[in-house]
Amino acid sequence: MPPVYLLTYLLAPMLRYILRRLLYMIPIVFGVSIVVFLILHLVPGDPARLVAGPDATLEDVEIIRSSLGLDRPLPVQYVSWMGSLLHGDLGRSARTHRPVTHELGLTIPATVELTLAAMAIAVFIGVGAGTIAAVRRNSFFDYSSMVVALMGVCTPSFWLGLMLMLVFAVKLDLFPTIGRGGLDHLVLPAVTLGAGAAAIIARVTRSSMLEVLNMDYIRTAHAKGLTAQTVVLRHAVKNAFIPVITVIGLEFGYLLAGAVVTETVFAYPGVGRLLVEAIGYRDYPVIQGSLLLLALQFALVNLAVDVLYVFFDPRISYGTK
Amino acid sequence: MRGKGPGNKAVPGVLPLAPGYFRKPRSLWSDAWRRLLRNPVAMTGGVIAILLVAVALGARYVAPYDPVAQDLANSLASPSPTHLAGTDVHGRDIFSRIIYGTAISLRIGFLGMLLGCLIGVTLGLASGYYGGWLDMVIMRLLDVQLAFPGLLLAICIIAVIGPGLENVIVAVGIFSVPMFARVTRGQVLSLKQQDYVLAARMMGAQDGRIMIRHLLPNALAPILVIATLRIATAILTAASLSFLGLGAQPPTPEWGAMLSDGRQYLTIAPHVATTPGLAILVTVLSFNLLGDGLRDALDPRLRV
Repeated sequence: MPPVYLLTYLLAPMLRYILRRLLYMIPIVFGVSIVVFLILHLVPGDPARLVAGPDATLEDVEIIRSSLGLDRPLPVQYVSWMGSLLHGDLGRSARTHRPVTHELGLTIPATVELTLAAMAIAVFIGVGAGTIAAVRRNSFFDYSSMVVALMGVCTPSFWLGLMLMLVFAVKLDLFPTIGRGGLDHLVLPAVTLGAGAAAIIARVTRSSMLEVLNMDYIRTAHAKGLTAQTVVLRHAVKNAFIPVITVIGLEFGYLLAGAVVTETVFAYPGVGRLLVEAIGYRDYPVIQGSLLLLALQFALVNLAVDVLYVFFDPRISYGTK
Repeated sequence: MRGKGPGNKAVPGVLPLAPGYFRKPRSLWSDAWRRLLRNPVAMTGGVIAILLVAVALGARYVAPYDPVAQDLANSLASPSPTHLAGTDVHGRDIFSRIIYGTAISLRIGFLGMLLGCLIGVTLGLASGYYGGWLDMVIMRLLDVQLAFPGLLLAICIIAVIGPGLENVIVAVGIFSVPMFARVTRGQVLSLKQQDYVLAARMMGAQDGRIMIRHLLPNALAPILVIATLRIATAILTAASLSFLGLGAQPPTPEWGAMLSDGRQYLTIAPHVATTPGLAILVTVLSFNLLGDGLRDALDPRLRV
């Protein structure tokens, strides 16, 4: 068989699987878009006035009413809203009167940077601490790291952020307190955001590793004289990783949501802070745009996690069950 | 009670019953209660939670000062014997505000959890019991809800119904619906295959009776565990919303809002932001410990 055909033959089921996951996403994205669309109509009050903003004149309100077609039936409005959405038109901010896509474009890079940095910290610390805790079960490290992890789950991130700011920015003057800039601006917000996820990843890694370390093939690996390091890194970690990936995917979504709080604490100019400010100003086009964007990001991350499973677990079939 | 029964007398040709055969029957709940009492970590959580409830109920007797009384001459005072946790920028006693805040946070936690539990368990029961298109519709609706991860769903609800303390309860409640619905549905799916459900149906029990009298009591253990853990999540979520300015409005002594206030004075008076955070941490920790303990006591295999 020519190598090209072999490749298609091998990849075809996986491509079909990815395609199916994509198709599965459609109803969810559709539902999300309906919810986001309805926000404007569920809020008590005149939608045209809400879109125009509090400082708009009566004429402005009427112009917006006719341009958005707010006098037409809801399904018609949804279709036209969706139509302009697909053309990349999310309307204009009621506050700055700039296109919502422009506002989002300014803030997306900051949020992506922050969530990726937080995720990197969370995975590094979480997987590392969880693995060591499992290997040295009932040791001092095991107990202390699990107590810290429990605290990490229960600590409000905004408080942790303020405390880190107090110690490392105000008292020790190691990092800047607020805003966005170089790498040093990223450290405190990323640690704040990643701490909760690190705690949960550490707990899941530990329990998953403990389960795997008790299996017969690990004993066999030890018995045939492999070093402890090889057994843990080559044999155990790979098999313990499936639940960890699940939780990493889930935590990514929580990081996107948590970014709202962290960005507010550190006055970090991301999508989350944009959303909170928009709610404060009742700037509905921006609220809709940022909610849609964050939900869509979450859906994409979930898709990526589903695809990653296939690489990590050959037992997961991408055909029919 | 050993030796009381006839089985322990040696009767020729009759096998003796196992010792303890006539012991008082024990239910799942009394067993679980015994296990819970023997779990020191869970009991610590439980005792702290009970103390917090007591403080919340007796706030006006415990708090040394009026939580909203201003004393501008005493603005941002550090902790001292007169003001145990210091004062905020308006000279209000932070310790008293934290005590009153306990009542606010616990009320949001309980009511929010209860709202989510009522809606979620009802949806889960109906979805799991009837199956078919109803199940499809409910589950897809919940999928859409879950597409807004974590706090984002609560923020989405607040964007619609507007900021405010009472609205936070609604937001936190709806936020908890998918969790309760999914767990209840999962339980019902396996329970409805049991023979006693078939027996009840053969005796002519209506759907409603089967769901409430037969399925619900047997699905109660995981629901109770989720409910306890959910109080913790609800309190944390509500505090986050208030911190963002979407929940309690001034001068309400809500912990998240107090922290948000203290943020401005972090450099000159760090105690204003420190203490409310500790209060949230202790409260959330206590309900989480209790919930984890309940799970271990009721069924260690539960993965909730």
